[in-house]
Amino acid sequence: MNSKVQNKIAIGVLYGIAGLVVLILLALVGYILVSGLPKVSWHFLTTPAKAFLKGGGIGIQLFNSFYLLILAMLISFPIALGAAIYLYEYAKDNWVTNLVRTAIEILSSLPSVVVGLFGFLFFVVKLRLGFSILSGAFALTFFNLPLLTRSIEDSLHTIDDKQREGGLALGLSRWETVTRVILPAAVPSILTGVILSAGRVFGEAAALIYTAGQSAPALNFMDWNPFNISSPLNPMRPAETLAVHIWKINSEGIMPDAKAISSGSSAVLVIAILLFNLAARYLGKRLYKRLTSA
Amino acid sequence: MSKEILTTQDLHLYYGSKEALKGINLNFDEKGITALIGPSGCGKSTYLRTLNRMNDLIPGVTITGTVQFKGEDLYAPNADTVQIRKEIGMVFQQPNPFPFSIYDNVIYGLRIAGERDKEKLDAVVEKSLRQAAVWDEVKDHLHESALALSGGQQQRVCIARVLAVSPEIILLDEPTSALDPVSSSQIEATLLNLRHDYTIITVTHNLQQASRIADRTAFFMNGELVEVDQTKNIFMNPAKKQTEDYISGRFG
Repeated sequence: MNSKVQNKIAIGVLYGIAGLVVLILLALVGYILVSGLPKVSWHFLTTPAKAFLKGGGIGIQLFNSFYLLILAMLISFPIALGAAIYLYEYAKDNWVTNLVRTAIEILSSLPSVVVGLFGFLFFVVKLRLGFSILSGAFALTFFNLPLLTRSIEDSLHTIDDKQREGGLALGLSRWETVTRVILPAAVPSILTGVILSAGRVFGEAAALIYTAGQSAPALNFMDWNPFNISSPLNPMRPAETLAVHIWKINSEGIMPDAKAISSGSSAVLVIAILLFNLAARYLGKRLYKRLTSA
Repeated sequence: MSKEILTTQDLHLYYGSKEALKGINLNFDEKGITALIGPSGCGKSTYLRTLNRMNDLIPGVTITGTVQFKGEDLYAPNADTVQIRKEIGMVFQQPNPFPFSIYDNVIYGLRIAGERDKEKLDAVVEKSLRQAAVWDEVKDHLHESALALSGGQQQRVCIARVLAVSPEIILLDEPTSALDPVSSSQIEATLLNLRHDYTIITVTHNLQQASRIADRTAFFMNGELVEVDQTKNIFMNPAKKQTEDYISGRFG
């Protein structure tokens, strides 16, 4: 067989594989949207869930998901940023660094349900935080930290060493070079990583079932004092998220329209995650363009 | 003779156990251009990078001997590398502007040092860019990204960036080898402009360039300094056979 034919066959096979991946994604997303979208309405998105009756919504779960996401990001981002800067810009290549890296890798490969159970034992029981947004946010931090650290490290890696030399040769200290030259240059790619990891966190269920809990008490959206138990901002209240809600309806939902609610919730979840991904690409590209105007 | 600003004595540098510089004794007078020439791997770039301690960044490098800047030992335990690099600036082979605007690139060093006075910063930007002979080309888009410029313009912006922190010595590591001939000659003109105000040390592969711009030329080979003299002596009447062979293109 001559090499031209070989080449054609190889390209054909690769196209086929790529096409298959796209097809699977389209089929999956298409099915979820087609079966779920008819259920989605303003009413569905804003009303609280009902335990036994028809016509419940996902308002509180949706809010919980976003609130938990923001809290988890607020906790994990600074830690991940610090860890990534240390590992990439400062750490010498020795056994301590390797140990830290290995630890991060192992942490990232832990099954999320194990992280959830650990969170339950440690935050919920031992630290007496109870089933709460805070417990959930800590569990998500465990889950998110390794991924985020790795992604920020990768972002730093994309900045050419010549930029570091340039900064140092200009009489900037190492810290000034990192914070004033490298980080600003890495912002687009760091932002992309943060949003993508937000998508993963947003869809996470297993780590939250035993930490943020499976109940969504009624909230008073007029009360923004975080110390009141019915306030949406109270971090100590149990908070079922959208992903946990889907899991729960399917395992023990007894409302008559459970199937429709599950489909509708899935559609909302998928759309939210797709939006995260699109936003990551758009913002990353836009910022990069603004920085480089190239 | 004007006075010596930078001196190196018995300078050895090892990458691991490999000796890359074998006892260099070389001094630089204030002002003027010195070119370091020699075949690839002869140690000229390595030598240049010991002069503002950029080799510190490479793991496994050991340096012995002394480098003195105005009588101060650059490798003393309490030497401040940040301060050293402010006084001894460096321009690299590949233009490496930061991914910010031209204006921000030039004032970066000053701004981080805490300078906030807009008028003063504006003045420094104009002065530095003029000195680097790139002002006329960029003055109308100072706030656009430096990455949108051509390679030669980027390199001159990098020179301006170094000038803005007002160093005494400027080290250049093959500043034109990544540029086209027109840009190269613009950089050369820039350097000739600066030679009255700064001590310039440039590494170059290009012998014609050394003969065109340098007041003094030093020839390196195999980690040793073979010969240093007035440029015209090196090119017209070298003292050593190796220098003559290299200059006349018999190797390298």
